Amino acid sequence: MGTFAQNVEATIPALRRYARALTRDSDIADDLVQDTLVRALRSEHLFHGGEIRSWLYTILTNLNRNRLRSLARRPSMSSIEENDAPDMAGPEAGGRDIQRALATLVEDQRSALLLVVLEGLSYREVAEVQGVPIGTVMSRLARARVQIKTYLDGERPALRRVK
Amino acid sequence: MTTNDSPVTEEELHAYVDGELPADRNEAVVAWLSAHPDQAALVGAWRTQADSIRARYGAVANEPVPDRLQLDQVMKQGRPSARSWAAVAAAAVIAFTLGGTSGWMARGASGVAPTGFESFTADALDAYKLYVVEVRHPVEVPGSERAHMTQWLSKRLGADLRIPDLQVIGLKLVGGRLLPGPTGAAAFYMYEGASGERFTIYCAKAKATETALRFKSHENSAAFYFVDDKVAYVVSGPDDREALEKVTKSVYEQVDKTGARKS
Repeated sequence: MGTFAQNVEATIPALRRYARALTRDSDIADDLVQDTLVRALRSEHLFHGGEIRSWLYTILTNLNRNRLRSLARRPSMSSIEENDAPDMAGPEAGGRDIQRALATLVEDQRSALLLVVLEGLSYREVAEVQGVPIGTVMSRLARARVQIKTYLDGERPALRRVK
Repeated sequence: MTTNDSPVTEEELHAYVDGELPADRNEAVVAWLSAHPDQAALVGAWRTQADSIRARYGAVANEPVPDRLQLDQVMKQGRPSARSWAAVAAAAVIAFTLGGTSGWMARGASGVAPTGFESFTADALDAYKLYVVEVRHPVEVPGSERAHMTQWLSKRLGADLRIPDLQVIGLKLVGGRLLPGPTGAAAFYMYEGASGERFTIYCAKAKATETALRFKSHENSAAFYFVDDKVAYVVSGPDDREALEKVTKSVYEQVDKTGARKS
């Protein structure tokens, strides 16, 4: 097994963690990781150095975005909340609260927040993963935090205009 | 902005929480927070959020990786073995045979090689997946400009194209676009059915004159591939072989008619 495959393999646990938090569903999460790995191995020739980890996060983030878009095209518009039934794996109320709070976020905000606080990526790396300027990452992060706080404080989600 | 006594921005507070703050601003932020308890509470709340997220999901990374995500398993899926591929392809040929079945297997070296076919189909499927979910800009040229599009794409591909009309089977032409193909330009048409289902046709010039029909399905999408009159076509859609076969048959009948007319 070459270095490329070894590096990919070493990232699998982190990808599973990110995917689980992103989708809040262990089956969907592992499906995403699987698709990410298939694509990565198939596209090895497209990878020209750099951080394999960031590249894998990018693939996974894009695949999940596609997944949500295709769900959203179906008649039921509640698809984004589909995975948000209380998870039996969350024993403490605290765990369940943050999970539900994450579910109320817009996908790009959720992804930005998770990449920073859970995966420990730098703002610059998140900007690369999401394909947007750093300023956009920061505003997504800020909006995510406002939204989570609002949710946890038990208020109705505020419609807030953000610069 | 980077001086020590300029006001602290909200962005800096986030950067502070995330360890992204330039070192020379750290002191200013700490001082600012001690003078602004409301802001300090906010920063505390953000930290608690991050802790909760890590507490809730951090352990996932310590779980054993399931078998299906082991790299050797994944590699098998990524590169289908020759045997399973042949089985699928053979089934496609039996189900629906187009003329000249001795086609490309015999031509392998000089025509479209099997690897060329695989990558061509993969390109088409990627294009399908990329644009099928696109709501606002799925195409460059709308279906209402069929004549213009036919002329434009024929010119760019250097082949006499005909954009199939699939109204008979309930599919409306959304439009088309030009894409990079394996050996130059490729034309891409998108069709949509009454309930929003989308099918795409990806075509480009091929070296082979004709091939048998090939079928490939991957990640909830499927494609039929064939070459007719030196143009390769990949018809992609959701992974419903029967529906896709119906579309492909209709496409084939129309493009083949073009070929018949020319000769």
